[in-house]
Amino acid sequence: MSQSATRLGKQTDKRPDTGESLGKLALRAMLRHRSGMVGLIITVALVVVALLAPLLAPYDALQMHPQDRFQPPSRAYPLGTDEFGRDVLSRVLIGSRISLSVGLISIAVATLLGVVIGLVAGYEGGWFDTVSMRLFDALLAFPAILLAIVIVAIVGPGTVSVLLAVAIVNIPLFARLMRANVMGERGKDYVLAERALGAKPARIVFRGILPNAAATLLVQITVAIASAVLLESALSFLGLGTAPPAPSWGSMLSIGRGYLRQAPWYGIFPGIAITMLVMGLYLLGDGLRDALDPRRQKLV
Amino acid sequence: MGKYAIRRILQTIPALLLVSIALFLTIHLIPGDPATLMAGPNASEAELAAITRQFGLDRPLWSQYLTWLRNAVTGDLGYSFINKYPVNKLIAQRVPATLELALAAAIVTVVISFPLGILAALRPGSLIDLIATLLSALSFAVPGFWLALMMILLFSLKLQWLPPSGRPDLLEEPAAHFKSLIMPALTLGLGLAATLARFLRSAMLEVLDQDYVRTARAKGLRERAVIARHVLRNALIPVVTVLGLHTGDLLSGAIIVESVFAWPGVGRLTVQAIGWRDYSLLQADVLYIVLAFMVINLLTDLTYAVIDPRIHYQ
Repeated sequence: MSQSATRLGKQTDKRPDTGESLGKLALRAMLRHRSGMVGLIITVALVVVALLAPLLAPYDALQMHPQDRFQPPSRAYPLGTDEFGRDVLSRVLIGSRISLSVGLISIAVATLLGVVIGLVAGYEGGWFDTVSMRLFDALLAFPAILLAIVIVAIVGPGTVSVLLAVAIVNIPLFARLMRANVMGERGKDYVLAERALGAKPARIVFRGILPNAAATLLVQITVAIASAVLLESALSFLGLGTAPPAPSWGSMLSIGRGYLRQAPWYGIFPGIAITMLVMGLYLLGDGLRDALDPRRQKLV
Repeated sequence: MGKYAIRRILQTIPALLLVSIALFLTIHLIPGDPATLMAGPNASEAELAAITRQFGLDRPLWSQYLTWLRNAVTGDLGYSFINKYPVNKLIAQRVPATLELALAAAIVTVVISFPLGILAALRPGSLIDLIATLLSALSFAVPGFWLALMMILLFSLKLQWLPPSGRPDLLEEPAAHFKSLIMPALTLGLGLAATLARFLRSAMLEVLDQDYVRTARAKGLRERAVIARHVLRNALIPVVTVLGLHTGDLLSGAIIVESVFAWPGVGRLTVQAIGWRDYSLLQADVLYIVLAFMVINLLTDLTYAVIDPRIHYQ
């Protein structure tokens, strides 16, 4: 039996046996988790906004209206205009696509590579474990933003470099998480039983151990996407990420900073957008952590 | 403890060596020939040849690395590509500003987080607890550079209380100097304060539940004494670790905060070095920041072992 199932067993021993599956219990705990649900709603709403951005945006995000430079928020331009008379609302809406896609793609890459490396290192041990973990020690010796800056300095500024940088920064985190999980599970009865039955290591690792780590992984993915959004915006703010005229939230703030006196809205709204997205993901991650951990379910 | 300290120090050596290899390779991985990077795009063939000879760029990479490492260990990290000054000198000029900012931010962190964390733990579910929880969620979600912009908007442009950027000389204009420090220190310290308050709250709640606290109360000790002598002292153990681990965040946060407030520290120099394409300066600058980061992590681990005698390291 898996670790989480064992824990759940202990937990539910004290409760009436409802016969509900782990997934159902977690779903119910999640639905009752108030801040987690707020996070879920914010995140889903922003994902929908990003998907429908071209339809929702009142103007083309790149279209300039020279006669309407630095217009304050009004009926025609709900969030005002920038130094070229471009609609800030349209740019913020389209910008959500850049932030979300960098977050999702980079973390998908980091998860995939980190999980595979962590599983192999944790299960096989030996030279692969030693080499990969020493390499990750070196990567983790860098503060995340500094490592990302060095990578972007080598590859050159741009969205693709940011994607690469954010992924590389996150790989060690996923690898270490998985390695720790595998090492915790390796000696458990169900793994020994599978091994005794002659199962191949790949089967034991991917079909036995990985599903047991899914809950921890899901929480880590949510929080990592939030951090990725922040890192992308910070790099773009420093002029190392997505380059203008593409409407990245970070680069909008970087330019808006120069016009804070005449157009404060230019520096306000992209920041609110970043905060909302990161807050949504953060609360969602927090809710998932509580809902998926049987020891915390009673707190929800 | 001594054995543990030595082992822990030895453990950092492989990571440090790998970091040094990565940073050495930075200059070689950047598109373009290192000699051209050093001499500039308008250099003549003769100048390029002279630089190649001088820095041994025609030697195999491993041999160049060993020379670079030998120099680095003796503290010689070369010269800036741009203004030809020793990079050590350029970085040393920036260190005081970063240390001053980090110290001020640490003071902000402690002054805000301790009362907030303690009050939140003593009155769980109260308004102050709610504020602490909200602040900690916000501290994660609000990007530091945006918080900095909003502070500039409010305190510099609207209220005109504080300067938006710069760092006037401490001896010539002490008042202006301290005024210029307020916003960068607040931006850097607030995020960490919220994290620390949350940790202090949960650590205190855990300790408040212990039998020895109940005993202390039962024997008639005043509540203030219970909190100060029994609860806070024990709750501080995890908090010190968290503070140490997050001191590194002050370093990385400084990169952004210094850039926004034009604070002439090491963090701003890192971003400037990229803009100037001064890769030898970037290399040295990053090496020093990573070293500081590793030393702080090491000290945190060792402090943890000293303050909590229950911990035995295998």
